Amino acid sequence: MGAAFFPVLFFTALWGGVGIAMPIMTPKGPHQNLIRCILMLTAACCWLFWLCCYMAQMNPLIGPKLKRDVVAMIGRSWNNPIVAG
Amino acid sequence: MGDMFRSEEMALCQMFIQPEAAYTSVSELGETGCVQFRDLNVNVNAFQRKFVTEVRRCDELERKIRYIETEIKKDGIVLPDIQDDIPRAPNPREIIDLEAHLEKTESEMIELAQNEVNMKSNYLELTELRKVLENTQGFFSDQEVLNLDSSNRAGGDNDAAAQHRGRLGFVAGVINRERVFAFERMLWRISRGNVFLKRSDLDEPLNDPATGHPIYKTVFVAFFQGEQLKNRIKKVCTGFHASLYPCPSSHNEREEMVRNVRTRLEDLKLVLSQTEDHRSRVLATVSKNLPSWSIMVKKMKAIYHTLNLFNMDVTKKCLIGECWVPTNDLPVVQKALSDGSAAVGSTIPSFLNVIDTNEQPPTFNRTNKFTRGFQNLIDAYGVASYRECNPALYTCITFPFLFAVMFGDLGHGLILVLFGAWMVLCERKLARIRNGGEIWNIFFGGRYIILLMGLFAMYTGLVYNDVFSKSMNLFGSRWFNNYNTTTVLTNPNLQLPPNSSAVGVYPFGMDPVWQLADNKIIFLNSFKMKLSIIFGVLHMVFGVCMSVVNFTHFKRYASIFLEFVPQILFLLLLFGYMVFMMFFKWFSYNARTSFQPETPGCAPSVLIMFINMMLFKNTEPPKGCNEFMFESQPQLQKAFVLIALCCIPWMLLGKPLYIKFTRKNKAHANHNGQLTGNIELAEGETPLPTGFSGNEENAGGAHGHDDEPMSEIYIHQAIHTIEYVLSTISHTASYLRLWALSLAHAQLSEVLWQMVLSLGLKMSGVGGAIGLFIIFGAWCLFTLAILVLMEGLSAFLHTLRLHWVEFMSKFYEGMGYAFQPFSFKAILDGEEEE
Repeated sequence: MGAAFFPVLFFTALWGGVGIAMPIMTPKGPHQNLIRCILMLTAACCWLFWLCCYMAQMNPLIGPKLKRDVVAMIGRSWNNPIVAG
Repeated sequence: MGDMFRSEEMALCQMFIQPEAAYTSVSELGETGCVQFRDLNVNVNAFQRKFVTEVRRCDELERKIRYIETEIKKDGIVLPDIQDDIPRAPNPREIIDLEAHLEKTESEMIELAQNEVNMKSNYLELTELRKVLENTQGFFSDQEVLNLDSSNRAGGDNDAAAQHRGRLGFVAGVINRERVFAFERMLWRISRGNVFLKRSDLDEPLNDPATGHPIYKTVFVAFFQGEQLKNRIKKVCTGFHASLYPCPSSHNEREEMVRNVRTRLEDLKLVLSQTEDHRSRVLATVSKNLPSWSIMVKKMKAIYHTLNLFNMDVTKKCLIGECWVPTNDLPVVQKALSDGSAAVGSTIPSFLNVIDTNEQPPTFNRTNKFTRGFQNLIDAYGVASYRECNPALYTCITFPFLFAVMFGDLGHGLILVLFGAWMVLCERKLARIRNGGEIWNIFFGGRYIILLMGLFAMYTGLVYNDVFSKSMNLFGSRWFNNYNTTTVLTNPNLQLPPNSSAVGVYPFGMDPVWQLADNKIIFLNSFKMKLSIIFGVLHMVFGVCMSVVNFTHFKRYASIFLEFVPQILFLLLLFGYMVFMMFFKWFSYNARTSFQPETPGCAPSVLIMFINMMLFKNTEPPKGCNEFMFESQPQLQKAFVLIALCCIPWMLLGKPLYIKFTRKNKAHANHNGQLTGNIELAEGETPLPTGFSGNEENAGGAHGHDDEPMSEIYIHQAIHTIEYVLSTISHTASYLRLWALSLAHAQLSEVLWQMVLSLGLKMSGVGGAIGLFIIFGAWCLFTLAILVLMEGLSAFLHTLRLHWVEFMSKFYEGMGYAFQPFSFKAILDGEEEE
């Protein structure tokens, strides 16, 4: 279980804000309902999209297969040095 | 939900308009643009209608305007484009003034044109005469030498010979250059070789006075002997349309004539110039007003065409019109009628009656510039039935989002955003482009769609972590290399084990290590296929739920239990369960567990499990693994399948049996009705207008379609049931195109990187810099042409199909007809597009 609480809470709160809080705060006008519908749908779609991507990597079943050059590049550029020995 | 959730309520209205106020009232209605008139004179042909004379007057005015416009364009004067101050339809006094203006201007133009043609003809003739006089100088000089020799010889020797030779005659003129050869040959033949022809080509072309085209001409002089031959030569000249000009043979007379012709040419040129100036001034003056006049005449004609749809009530002395009006716009229409009456000072007001009717009203969805594009997408499939749920409201977001799932790339999305934002921010200026072409009109009409598609594509590009096929390491990769130097150096390929190398989850989007991995397609395919099914099933569930909204609105409550419930159960118990299995698999199976049945090697395929569930089959699991994901799953799956199978006869038989049952009850009620007058009165009430399809039973109401035989109802319901069951399966598979398009887009982008730009980056030296510059240009061109335009269009069309077929087939009838109001704005826009 690689999931962490903070990203889940953060993004859920973010899209929850877009999909729940912002529609409540929409100013009255001829297009109020249209704007609310747009905000709710956007929040639902984007949150679910992010969630699927997050869950797909939560418990990976396979690991990446890397070439030697790639391993060396990762070691140098991504602060992931190769262990000596 | 007020706006766009369903079409507007429409009212059928009857108008009673005073004849003197009819013109101004209809003019006001045309400005508002919220009334659709019905033709009350369908049986009367176009030439017998009341206002045919006025329509013909408008046609004549339009013809004059077109003539003047042609003259203006011929002179290259630019007509001003009216955008802001559009004039209203003229009132009767202004009509008379306008007619007088156009009549006067047209007459003036015709007179000027005629005078110009005449003067140009004169100018041409004088020019030709001058050319003849100038060019024949050499001819006559040569001839005089010959004459002199003959005279000397004749005088000195033999009088008889001199008398016999005689004096030579000649004719001079101008002919078209292309006819010279034939002309010369003809002269030679008719005179049997006794004509001597001299000619000279004119260097400058002359202008045809009628058409203005340049014509190349030739000056000629024909010398002959005898009067008879002269007549023949003149006939030939006439036949070849040659112009003959008088030409004195003596030098002094020719000189004087040339001087006279030159003087007359100068005078004529001056007059021509003044005529041209006058014409330009007239056209410039008219061109300021002509667009306004054109609009006024178009509006006038539209008004009279509309008045022809009305009935003239002889007894009450008023015009009667019937029209559809959105209920919310009734006050606007009332005010327009009042304004129309007030404009002519009519003491009797025109008024509006709302009529109850059984007819299906037209469908009117009120849109703004943002929603118009999406509404057009839906209407292209079919106009909604009256008061049916409008899918365009949800399409505003689901359409760009599903497009973005296929098109996801941060770089390509940014290109779309920039293009869409440019069209949106400059839309006031760009809207004035009239001749942009059909493709530009489509792009501009969909500018908000393009902008949203770009924004969502940027979001999905961030989640896919794909920028022109490259990844960004924003939050730090969560995959760590645990191999030591020896292992790395001795193995060309290394696979990181998920149980020890993966530490945590990349918080937003795809981990950048996958872009570098050789097996990324396997991983991404698994992810994207699940993603497609999840969004597809949710989209379809949403569509089925929309049918409840329709059933509730049209008061077909029985359909909720007889159609909606089995449909949603079928969809959720089978495919919703499949989605659940996907999430469960993501959650449950991991590489760190000590419980062997939940290790990656034991993870079952969701698809195979689903197929086994449907077919009641078993698959032998690998050693140490469980066949099922959780306990009691086989029992649960069997129950789900059995319930789903029960839903099929439920959908098939429920509704016809209900109709049959209600018909028996209705027959019983009708029988009782004969004994009681009150019930008969209740049944005789006029029903409210409803928009449901005529071939469906109004299950909740007392007024159904009793005439449809039961066999037809059974067949109809069977077709619907088969269609729904099969389409649920095929539509779920259809949503996999989200994965297929996304994979194709990503791979094409990567191919473009590896085969084009990557080669440029490997070059070195000065030549390498130049090569990189050229290759970068090619890469940009291919990116825009193939990945943004072609792939974008492909994703757009697939998204359109997912909405039209997979989503809207769940609830949408689309059997309405569009509301087409009488609107000057629409008429003028339509005219300008022609």
